[in-house]
Amino acid sequence: MLKDISIGQFFPGKSIVHRLDPRIKILLVFGFIITLFIVRNLVSFGLIILFLTVTVFTAKIPVKTVLKSLKPILPLILFTAILNIFFIDGHVLFRWGWIRITEDGIRLAVLMIIRIVCLIIGASLLTYTTSPIALTDAIERLLSPLKKIHFPVHEMAMMMTIALRFIPTLIEETDKIMSAQKARGADLETGGLMKRAKALVPILIPLFVSAFRRAEELALAMECRCYRGGEGRTRMKQLKLTVSDWVIAVFVTAFYIVGILMNLWIPALF
Amino acid sequence: MKKLIQFKQVSFEYNHESEEEEPVAVLHDITLSIKEGDFVAVLGHNGSGKSTLAKHINAILQPTEGVVWVDGIDTSKEELVFEIRQQVGMVFQNPDNQLVATVVEEDVAFALENLGVESTEIRERVDAALQQVGMYEFREHSPHQLSGGQKQRVAIAGILAMQPKCIVLDEPTAMLDPQGRREVLKTLLSLNREKGTTVVFITHFMDEAVQANRVVVVDGGQIIADDTPKAVFSDVEQLKKVGLDVPQVTELAYELRKAGIDFPNGILSVEECVAELQKALGG
Ligand SMILES: Nc1ncnc2c1ncn2[C@@H]1O[C@H](COP(=O)(O)OP(=O)(O)O)[C@@H](O)[C@H]1O
Ligand SMILES: [Mg+2]
Repeated sequence: MLKDISIGQFFPGKSIVHRLDPRIKILLVFGFIITLFIVRNLVSFGLIILFLTVTVFTAKIPVKTVLKSLKPILPLILFTAILNIFFIDGHVLFRWGWIRITEDGIRLAVLMIIRIVCLIIGASLLTYTTSPIALTDAIERLLSPLKKIHFPVHEMAMMMTIALRFIPTLIEETDKIMSAQKARGADLETGGLMKRAKALVPILIPLFVSAFRRAEELALAMECRCYRGGEGRTRMKQLKLTVSDWVIAVFVTAFYIVGILMNLWIPALF
Repeated sequence: MKKLIQFKQVSFEYNHESEEEEPVAVLHDITLSIKEGDFVAVLGHNGSGKSTLAKHINAILQPTEGVVWVDGIDTSKEELVFEIRQQVGMVFQNPDNQLVATVVEEDVAFALENLGVESTEIRERVDAALQQVGMYEFREHSPHQLSGGQKQRVAIAGILAMQPKCIVLDEPTAMLDPQGRREVLKTLLSLNREKGTTVVFITHFMDEAVQANRVVVVDGGQIIADDTPKAVFSDVEQLKKVGLDVPQVTELAYELRKAGIDFPNGILSVEECVAELQKALGG
């Protein structure tokens, strides 16, 4: 059951989206998020949704997967919607006792839902189309100017790599421990919050113990393979920007700017 | 042939310089030398000091007393530690806990990246190492998609990429199924025979130890036997005394001899045993 988690999953492929330099991809996703929060008119949102759809299809990511990535944030979406619909002042459309729904509330709710959904899909597209290695590499490279102020950029990237490497291992192990405890009669599914939290203790303790042992062994194995930090380290796969990377970067950025500028001419949704 | 690894009267204590913890004396006066091209199996029951001994070979631990030389370098010379680790690679028991990267080929490249090798050369050496262990087709897989034996071969490739003279394996087969064990052993044997890589192989599977050309038995931090498999396994009583098994056929021969049947000593393979049995029965 824990294996169903699809956030952060990578779908290998050879599409333009996959081949785009990961550094550019990260920056474009950031640009996308910023655009998403500046834009407030329907036409631009239409364009953004079109852009996302085109990207999903170019990258050949199954639509089902994309929709599934929204499932975990469903409560957040509902919560935002309810909050906005019921608690925003404005032109009242409907009133029943103390409950009232305003037009502005509905507009804001729609706006926020579109933003959240696009945000999640945009961010998942990054991980769907970029291997974890490329992603950490890109982050290391993008942040490398911070080395000047002694920010441990390499160490952070290494930590991310190791975390990504061990997530499946630890998930598998959690599953195993859970089955083992269930076989001994542990009840993990019923009871109140406290009872369930307590039932987790016999799962977490062995998991931590094993994680620490793994960490120690991994550190030793890394030492044996001459690991000594980022200094003087080379990479097998070097990131190189190609002309097509630049072209895509320029086009997409221009697209964002157009979307933002439309705010000036088209009336805002809210 | 040239002596690659030399232990001279080596003793070792854990927590030697620690104030809070009691020192634990583990190795006592070990003298051992391993020639280039040797395939040495190291036997001993749990806690006898095998892992501690192994960690001296690539300067993870330094002797409290005595000296260890690797390819002529004294392992206590701190500035040469990486030189030594490049010459002597180490593979551990749990294949899951020694792979660093999320992709097989990236993992194999790890050591070379640390050593600052140039990228095109890394590529060549990674491909060659993966081919040597028969994992080239899996180069783009993620480690958690592989079986235990495959992961262990990737770990071996990660060491081979450094082109070491010697590879030390600390119970690499202990967590594997029979299939995985065979794969790993086959890989090691072919490395040793074809490329002349020196192998130090810690194991508690006697059928694996039999394949070595030399067996070292460790007990209580001391070397109590060091000879060919045939000679070491001839002394069944001594092995049993230190809590070790012998290969099944050796055990059978031993029991037969004890029962008064005229049977030769140090039988290691099933074929040998069958031949001797036929002789004994036919004669
Ligand atoms: N880090 C350590 N600190 C203190 N004692 C240790 C440490 N590692 C191992 N030992 C002790 O050293 C002895 C030999 O351990 P080890 O070399 O791991 O044996 P083996 O690999 O043959 O099972 C054991 O008694 C063990 O308890
Ligand atoms: Mg051990």
